[in-house]
Amino acid sequence: MAWLRRHLLLFAAVAVLLYMLLPNVVVAVFSFNDPVGRYNYTWTEFSTRAWTNPCGPQGLCDALGLSLRIGLIASLVATVLGTMIAFALGRYRFRARSGTNLLIFMPMATPEVVMGSSLLTLFLMMGVPSGGLAITIAHIMFCVSFVVVAVKARVATLDPRLEEAAADLGANPTQTFLRVTFPLAAPGILAGALLAFSLSFDDYIITNFNASPSSITFPMYVWGAAQRGAPVQVNVIGTVMFIAALAIVLVSQLLTSRRQRAAA
Amino acid sequence: MAQHGPGDLELIGLTKSFDDFTAVEPMDLTIPQGSFFALLGPSGCGKTTTLRMVAGLEQPTAGQILIGDTDITNTRPHQRNVNTVFQSYALFPHMSVMDNVQFGLRRRGDKDAKRKAQEALDLVELGHAGRRKPNQLSGGMQQRVALARALVNRPDVLLLDEPLGALDLKLRRQMQIELKRIQQEVGLTFIHVTHDQEEAMTMADSIAVMNAGRMEQLGDPAALYENPSSTFVANFLGQSNLLAAHITGTAGDGRLTADVHGHEVLVDAGRVPAGLRDVWLGVRPEKLALGEGNGVNELKGTVSDASFSGVATQYLVRMPWGMDLTVVQQNDGSARARLGDAVTLSWDPGHEFVLDSAQDEDAGVEHVVVDG
Repeated sequence: MAWLRRHLLLFAAVAVLLYMLLPNVVVAVFSFNDPVGRYNYTWTEFSTRAWTNPCGPQGLCDALGLSLRIGLIASLVATVLGTMIAFALGRYRFRARSGTNLLIFMPMATPEVVMGSSLLTLFLMMGVPSGGLAITIAHIMFCVSFVVVAVKARVATLDPRLEEAAADLGANPTQTFLRVTFPLAAPGILAGALLAFSLSFDDYIITNFNASPSSITFPMYVWGAAQRGAPVQVNVIGTVMFIAALAIVLVSQLLTSRRQRAAA
Repeated sequence: MAQHGPGDLELIGLTKSFDDFTAVEPMDLTIPQGSFFALLGPSGCGKTTTLRMVAGLEQPTAGQILIGDTDITNTRPHQRNVNTVFQSYALFPHMSVMDNVQFGLRRRGDKDAKRKAQEALDLVELGHAGRRKPNQLSGGMQQRVALARALVNRPDVLLLDEPLGALDLKLRRQMQIELKRIQQEVGLTFIHVTHDQEEAMTMADSIAVMNAGRMEQLGDPAALYENPSSTFVANFLGQSNLLAAHITGTAGDGRLTADVHGHEVLVDAGRVPAGLRDVWLGVRPEKLALGEGNGVNELKGTVSDASFSGVATQYLVRMPWGMDLTVVQQNDGSARARLGDAVTLSWDPGHEFVLDSAQDEDAGVEHVVVDG
């Protein structure tokens, strides 16, 4: 009993982790299934068929490619814009500062259905055709907010004296940014970029409003396929994405802990 | 001012105003090349703002800054051959100590950066610490890295913004000697901002005392101490007994007579500003002698407090008119007075300083420990 009580926290932690990770495990396990019929919900037999032929189902890899392309462009643009906004908000006092803060917060608080439909209305009014371009613009719009939040937290911890010291030592503004400001803000910027990419890659609702028949993203493909029974390859892509995300987190954790150990 | 040297720093009418107040009133100052100069004053007196204007981190509202004949008023910080040791050190946390010290040289494309940086680190006795990161060093070591990082660029002027403020007392004394040694070794102009009058006096060749955005007095430490030009300087630099006095006449021998609460004292005529009648007569505690003098400048009182500190004893002696005079008696073997003893205080004419009685006697009394 005492032993149980002492390890209660551990059990609770493991239970929560299992609860969160179990769906991913199921997806990974069923990526090795060889289902009978349309639905990949019951285990029949082990097979690597889906892994050896991930682009098998028609349109899957096109959708994946489009999602990756949109994700990269959207996260890149959102990171550049968001970083600049974060520095402006974190470093300077200006008249529209609180207003800007509110505007940045809005996309995070607005229901996606509202945002998706209003964006579609706007695009229609402005004559922007539905499709990849409209989706990318929409993604940049909501990703910027998350980048701003991530970078601003980092900027708040930066000592502005460091930039003064760099200037004092003869670094021009560009050198100061590249050698001092950017390296110090980089963890926040990287976190913002990764967040932006995964939000963009993952988005269904806003994307669906602004998509055209020729711009099917991966989440849209999965949703559509699920109506008729999703191919096993969807599980393969899902597993790969999960492992990639996990690897990035692990590597960054490892780097931070090594840096901290070196500094200790 | 003194003659103009090729590397002197010259401030002409330098002024800094913010929206609602003036941080630095128009200031004229020439700091000779190679000198160790201190800007001394309480927190908020404008000394750090002055320093930041010289560094280029703050744009003056009016006035000029010259190094030799070059006007640097409108140049950016990175264009000035001026380096700063920041109060918080501001070492780059993501770079090694070596890279921190090389930073300035690298920006100028110095091919010899590594060797010079190593020399600078050796100079501050941190030659072994080049590979470490700043946060692996103690406060005192970080301070020396910050000094090396600035020194290595051989600036025309090196600015030190309360560089010893974060160190404990013992380390601070040690660094004061160290800084002075380094300054003499490299021969650069050092401008040291501090609120610590003892620090300023032990280190600097000359001191500018600042108060409320104005320069109160400029001079070498001894001149400031012996001949303060205001009650602020008198109180801020060491302790002073300020006696309300009235000049009554001449006593021959270059002396004037003055009345201090009914007691006649002699004052060196040369120390009394012309035309002044109602004055503050200032006498430093160590200039007051306990016991019978030679018949002049004697005041009688009773000991109301005595504190022994080993090297000296400090007394408070209550005067008949209710004022406590501070007396410091060196521990030279002479008899010590006890609480309640009736004692006679005396001083030699000429050991006093004389200030206009219109000034506030309490100006500069409160010492502020931390600068904001």
